[in-house]
Amino acid sequence: MGKNKDYYQIEKNIQGYKKEIDRLEEEEDTDKERVKKLRDSIKKEWEKIRPQLTALQFVQIARHPDRPYTLDYIEAMINDFLEFHGDRRSGDDPAIVAGFGTYRGRTAAIIGHQKGRKTRERIARNFGQPNPEGFRKALRIMKLAEKYGHPVVTFIDTPGAFPGLGAEERGQAEAIAFNLKEISKLKVPIVNIVIGEGGSGGALGIGVGDELLMLENSFYSVISPEGCAAILWKDQSAVSKAAENLRFLADDLVEFGVADKIIKEPPGGAHIDWLKTFSNVDKELEKALKKIEKMSVEERLEKRYQKYRKIGVFGENDEPK
Amino acid sequence: MGDRWSRCNNCRRILYKQDILDNLYVCPACGFHFRISAKKRLELLYDNGEYKLYDKNISSMDALGFKDSKDYSDRLKEQRKKTSLKDAVLNAEGFMGGIKVLISAMDFSFMGGSMGSVVGEKVTRAFERALDEKIPVIVVSCSGGARMQEGVLSLMQMMKTSSAIGRLDQAGIPYISVITDPTTGGTTASYAMLGDINIAEPNALIGFAGPRVIEQTIKEKLPKGFQRAEFLLEHGMLDDVVERKNLRSYLICALRVFLNLAS
Ligand SMILES: [Zn+2]
Repeated sequence: MGKNKDYYQIEKNIQGYKKEIDRLEEEEDTDKERVKKLRDSIKKEWEKIRPQLTALQFVQIARHPDRPYTLDYIEAMINDFLEFHGDRRSGDDPAIVAGFGTYRGRTAAIIGHQKGRKTRERIARNFGQPNPEGFRKALRIMKLAEKYGHPVVTFIDTPGAFPGLGAEERGQAEAIAFNLKEISKLKVPIVNIVIGEGGSGGALGIGVGDELLMLENSFYSVISPEGCAAILWKDQSAVSKAAENLRFLADDLVEFGVADKIIKEPPGGAHIDWLKTFSNVDKELEKALKKIEKMSVEERLEKRYQKYRKIGVFGENDEPK
Repeated sequence: MGDRWSRCNNCRRILYKQDILDNLYVCPACGFHFRISAKKRLELLYDNGEYKLYDKNISSMDALGFKDSKDYSDRLKEQRKKTSLKDAVLNAEGFMGGIKVLISAMDFSFMGGSMGSVVGEKVTRAFERALDEKIPVIVVSCSGGARMQEGVLSLMQMMKTSSAIGRLDQAGIPYISVITDPTTGGTTASYAMLGDINIAEPNALIGFAGPRVIEQTIKEKLPKGFQRAEFLLEHGMLDDVVERKNLRSYLICALRVFLNLAS
């Protein structure tokens, strides 16, 4: 997970400009001309870099420790956020944040993976890897949203469900499976936003609904490139190859009918300009919600069913071969 | 070893092969349940071993252009030739104790029973057929989880199949999940855990994460029996562990009870 050094080298110039912008913006009398020039330089540099990035480098951006996390989006976009805790069965999972707040004049349930920024918080949040309690808490809050008729917004950013002993004992698989089934029937609008890492079942457990929005440099995959390299290539040096093969970037997911919309990131990626990122996410989220809120419950549930029903590629030939 | 002899994977005894076959592929010495093909499974479960196959001509495609040590498309061809199967699941209809029932039986020999687009599609079709015909459905899982070579398409089959089960709930159609050795990953985390009842064969490995991954994470050896059927029963994830020789009668009994077919 910490192998982002490769990418830090690539974004060195951009980070240099960003530091300068941050310094200027701290000053009382910000030199706006200079900031604009620096932003242009970032843009130019990014236009050179982005087309050449490998799938693995996109993964490194998606996992960038400076990217905004769920709580950062909540702070920027949600008023009166109340975080709720616990699954009412055995515990509370800090890897998933869930609660209610106001989003653009309406109450919404907000649920998301939370990775943690400083070492101590990262450990406390288990690096954003949920245990069964996290999935169960998320579902509890979704059901509460259904009770009141509020929409649900989920932020996806996890390396995956936690592969631990206790997680297995307490039914990690059942927790995810049950969420999928229940979410398919949940009457209120559900928008999922992949803000970073969409790691397998851990992402899926709160990562399905009516519309899936993906940040431009995020990914959503059946397995991490590291896991895939270990299993199929039996070789950690094949991580880059695995990443290319898995086709898990935002463009790919639109092509496969999994993602409905790509949210633009600012030049350099979400971590270079949080404000711009929030404003882009805000715009697309509102658009998606408005569209889904207009539908009747029956229409919404049928459309949700058909969205997943259609996913898959296979051949069918009635002639017995 | 010749055609006549076989060694038990569990007790390591040399056995007369015919004795294992006669015993439903269960070791006569130690009770170890050997993995069986989907075809064999259907034969063992249906009345007189008779059934009709559905959705026979659905086959996988290489949607991603996936290539590890070989092209996925070549791997598929090889697997089809080796197993005479189109993919890792068979959809069937027949009778159990006179009750019309659909069974989707997974076959581990086809790419480790992995779930890609075809498995997801066929299992979903079985659920939808059950909904249309208003008859119960059983899925016998045996699967290493989502098929990596189909990437996120495989992952989304978990939602596709689970959504179909949601509709069975609303229509009051029974769905029984039978879990056999081994069932892990995305298969466990979707339809295998979503039965009205979940039944497993003895000693079946059932889990979300694979044992090796967990060992690497916690950096210690796993306790004996971890992720085995009996362990899951103890932890509340299964309704029962049923020996193969009793499985058919158990399922018939459950169906009769669910459908209120008192004798
Ligand atoms: Zn034996």
